[in-house]
Amino acid sequence: MTVAGLFGQLLAIVLALVLAPLLTGWVNQCRAWMQNRSAPPLLQSYYMLHKLFLKDVVLAHGTSSFFRTAPYVIFGCMLLACAIVPTLSTDLPLAPSADTIALVGVFGLARIFISLAAMDIGTSFGTLGGRREMLIGFLAEPALLMVIFTTALISQSTSVATIVETLAHRDFVIYPSLAFAGVAFTFVSFAENARVPVDNPATHLELTMIHEAMILEYSGRHLALIELAASLKLYAYSCLGLALFFPWGIAAGENPLGLLAAIPMLVFKLAVGGAFLAGIETINAKMRIFRAPEFLGTAFLLAVLGLLVRLLLETRV
Amino acid sequence: MSSVPLSAQLINLFASVILLMAFAMLAQRRVLPLINLFAIQGAVLAASTGVVAVTTHQAHLYWSAGLTLALKALLLPWILHRLVRRLNVKWDVESLINIPTTMIVGIVLVVVAFNVALPISQLSSTISRGTLGIALASVMLAFLMMITRSKAIPQVVGFLAMENGLFLAATSATYGMPMVVELGIALDVLVGAIILGVFFFQIREQFDSLDIRHLERLKDS
Repeated sequence: MTVAGLFGQLLAIVLALVLAPLLTGWVNQCRAWMQNRSAPPLLQSYYMLHKLFLKDVVLAHGTSSFFRTAPYVIFGCMLLACAIVPTLSTDLPLAPSADTIALVGVFGLARIFISLAAMDIGTSFGTLGGRREMLIGFLAEPALLMVIFTTALISQSTSVATIVETLAHRDFVIYPSLAFAGVAFTFVSFAENARVPVDNPATHLELTMIHEAMILEYSGRHLALIELAASLKLYAYSCLGLALFFPWGIAAGENPLGLLAAIPMLVFKLAVGGAFLAGIETINAKMRIFRAPEFLGTAFLLAVLGLLVRLLLETRV
Repeated sequence: MSSVPLSAQLINLFASVILLMAFAMLAQRRVLPLINLFAIQGAVLAASTGVVAVTTHQAHLYWSAGLTLALKALLLPWILHRLVRRLNVKWDVESLINIPTTMIVGIVLVVVAFNVALPISQLSSTISRGTLGIALASVMLAFLMMITRSKAIPQVVGFLAMENGLFLAATSATYGMPMVVELGIALDVLVGAIILGVFFFQIREQFDSLDIRHLERLKDS
């Protein structure tokens, strides 16, 4: 572990904390523009977090300590995920702590905690949201794993840093399998981040919400942590997608200058990705909850096809 | 991987798109998007054949690429579109088993096809031999589509898609069949589609519907 590596790791974490709410704000802003509404300011997420951190926590009657610890666990999981995903450089001292499969597990841990916390308060909405979240999660996880296996087959490793390094520093080759995996990953990230075709992040309509239903009873700094964790999750997914499918511009070595040069590239890619996300959300309507298995089944199908095409076409040419 | 020429990469990419279209057709419930997907598959097939032709300088492959484009991407979809308009059948196609199950069966078929094609394609020395498995998979997926659908038009689209898969197999394994055979098959498909179009009207006259399950009863009840 070198000083430069440590610096890069710290910079990546700080950048994640700074950029994640900004990304959420940017997506909201783009979406408002595309839907002909007047947009909230770019820094709206920060204002919200600031307001929530200043407010007192109100706890419902009958909540256990689990309800109070869950936001910290979820936030920790998401921060760890952001630290593992290579955003600026592939030289990350924390990267050996979890490979891609463990990364999926980290997301799964956060999902279990938020669902259990939602059920802990004992309201019907919390239980409903928790169950729906688990439904989406158990369908999305295999698809995500298949996407990761495809990339792992290409780079012969399951470590995120190695995968991204292999993909970023290769000659330009068209991988049909990566195209399949990329589309499948987009599907999965829409489902996992509670975006429009599966869930609507802006709604408080009782019967359609998934993510919002689980966090109805949270307030004050707990809610702030959960909102920040949701932003971090979106950021982690965006960075993972960008790193796997558009890996150009990520610094490889321990060069601090390369690290700094990677920042504008990352911001640019995130801005484009956020606008793309907002565009998809605008042209789609939220689907019925019972259509979600079909949606995620398609994602799984695409991921498996990518894997098969990889095995058939690209291994022995 | 870096030693693979660009043309081989393009052929692989087109073959993957053809496979994707086969799956999309399997999952598509409506008639008109189904025909459009078939047209896209035909166009991609023509592009793939074109790339093989440019790479290998086989003159007759240019002809078959052009023929594929004209016939399968333009003429047949146009005929089908006209049929759908004239028959006034823009309703949903229902499938006998539900879509996710069909998809899973489709994945199993693809795995089987890839494994069956692996030893065969190693015998071949063409640039596009890797796509033989995909061609076989497209044929089997088209078969599956014909089996699972109960309406007449999707069955015909499945039949035509099967011919697409066979054509891809011929191109990938042996750089295409002799011109005479290819022309014969193309005309057969065209005439077949036209005759089936006439059949559609007969079926509808007889049963007031295009559901071919009516044909299972031989006697009037």
